[in-house]
Amino acid sequence: MEHILEINNLRTSFLTGNGEVQAVRGVTFHVNQGEILGIVGESGSGKSVTSMSILQLLGSTAVIKEGSSILFENEELTKLKKKELRAIRGEKISMIFQDPMSSLNPLIPVGRQVEEMISEHHPEKKKDELKAMVLELFDRVKIPEPEKRYRSYPHEFSGGMRQRVMIAMALANRPRLLIADEPTTALDVTIQDQILKQLRELQRDYGTSIIFITHDLGVVAELCTRVAVMYGGLIMEEAGIDEIFENPRHPYTLGLLAAIPDIKQDKNKRLTPIEGTPPDMTDPPAGCPFAARCPYARNICAVKQPEYVQISEGHRSMCWLLDGRAPAGNNPFRKD
Amino acid sequence: MVKYFVKRFLIMLAALFLIALITFVIMHAVPGSPFTTDKKVSPEIEAALEAKYHLDDPLPVQFIDYVKGLLHGDFGPSYKYTGKTVNDFIYNGFPVSAKLGGITILFVLLTAIPMGIVAAIKNGKWQDMTVMAVATIGVTIPSFVIASLLIYVFAYRLNWLPTFGLDSWKGYVLPVIALGGYSMSYLARLMRSSLLEVMGQDYIRTARAKGLSETKVILKHAMRNALIPIVTVLGPTVAGLLTGSFVIEKIFAIPGLGVHFVNSVSQRDYTTIMGVTIFYATFLLAMVFLVDVFYCLIDPRIKFE
Repeated sequence: MEHILEINNLRTSFLTGNGEVQAVRGVTFHVNQGEILGIVGESGSGKSVTSMSILQLLGSTAVIKEGSSILFENEELTKLKKKELRAIRGEKISMIFQDPMSSLNPLIPVGRQVEEMISEHHPEKKKDELKAMVLELFDRVKIPEPEKRYRSYPHEFSGGMRQRVMIAMALANRPRLLIADEPTTALDVTIQDQILKQLRELQRDYGTSIIFITHDLGVVAELCTRVAVMYGGLIMEEAGIDEIFENPRHPYTLGLLAAIPDIKQDKNKRLTPIEGTPPDMTDPPAGCPFAARCPYARNICAVKQPEYVQISEGHRSMCWLLDGRAPAGNNPFRKD
Repeated sequence: MVKYFVKRFLIMLAALFLIALITFVIMHAVPGSPFTTDKKVSPEIEAALEAKYHLDDPLPVQFIDYVKGLLHGDFGPSYKYTGKTVNDFIYNGFPVSAKLGGITILFVLLTAIPMGIVAAIKNGKWQDMTVMAVATIGVTIPSFVIASLLIYVFAYRLNWLPTFGLDSWKGYVLPVIALGGYSMSYLARLMRSSLLEVMGQDYIRTARAKGLSETKVILKHAMRNALIPIVTVLGPTVAGLLTGSFVIEKIFAIPGLGVHFVNSVSQRDYTTIMGVTIFYATFLLAMVFLVDVFYCLIDPRIKFE
């Protein structure tokens, strides 16, 4: 299968007054043509920073470190000039952001904001042509009364409707890759479901590859073909969707799975959280970043970062418990 | 919308009436009278003067008479300058002050906004530091010090510009800088902080993600949002600059309206105090109203209600 995006050893830091925050510390993954890849992790795991690094939308304090590679359709994005990168933004790779309430300019009618996405990359298009395209897009993402809504301002829309506008915008130029950074987190569950359905349809119809970032494994199960689980600026485990649910091979993934609420579960039983908080990334731990919270942690975990272990085709995990030398006691991955 | 405008107009009238009343009360509560001078005036002459200007009437009657005059656009005679009316002062002084003020406003806008934009875009770099240094000097050093320094350097030492008067365009240079220095500095700082705040908003990231150039991001997406606070302070600033400044008009010997604001009070020239205060208040209220209209034009979330 063709890789539309290949990220190799991506390291992104923020240079702040309190030192260097190493948000992403060497992330490697790829996105196949036409697939939906999920990136899962809690707040501060580096998943958003990873996605923003692709189009370099992180602001002036962020630095993509030397040795990082982002290969999109065989083009090295980290080496591009500003102008060349701008030609890709919105045209070949587009993004949907977490908060639809603040992601649209409050002073410009939504129709014009979507139009701008097209006219920026296709200046030859005429005014009425652009409008027709926007109305079709609105219709496509199921915004009722597109003609009327075209002139509306963002504050006249609900959160769900605004996110539809964002999706219409992101898909306006039929990009090759769509990066959706927690697009449903700010929405209520029923709207969330509609938006997910829409993304799936659009991915099917347009053949767009999607990177879907979320902290919700439940959403991943519905949508994605593959998942990368991130923690402490690293990918802890990566696997196909069935594999991750049936055969998880990292204690952090186990923790995330245990924390999913189950509708059939005993009402008196509380959710199972992962105890503790993510590490401070100005001074990341020398060993496995999850060691401090891991119920199975051993001495070596805090000292030395484990290597990836290939579990099966397309399934890898970074954990000392998978090492052949790891003892069987208190080891969830050893049944013998 | 018509209803809104009528309501605003009525509120403005009520505000003006209150301003007139409060000024009148405070003014008469201050000891002294327009006819108190160094020379001893005999009680008979003083009584005759007071009778002539109806200052011997009870205060409420005086106030009602004054308001009646106002309704006809009559600000009354000056008590200090025989034969002059307050209308004369405003009629002669306001155009002078307004022309100087108008040029100053243009100067302020044309300097402060670009300065603020450059400082915001080059946040933390030398351009930002320079703008902020200039702006800090501008807000901290009083206008009379700046005016004196400007006169010393450009008029006295270099002899490039006149020390006083508005006879040619050269005469405007120093008063405009001295008068606008504070507003320029204040607005430049405001523009900078406002634009910096807007540039951190999510919709700016969206605009960048569209592939827009930084220039387009700033001009099409950031500027309009960042200008809202500028418009807010521009209303009172414009009213203040157009009606003249006592200090600047004194220093540069400009026959404007600003001189009357202070002189009338120290001379207890009752009608002039009332006149210039009400004139300024009307101007200020009108500007505040204009600002509100501008809001509605800039920001679709604000409606006339």
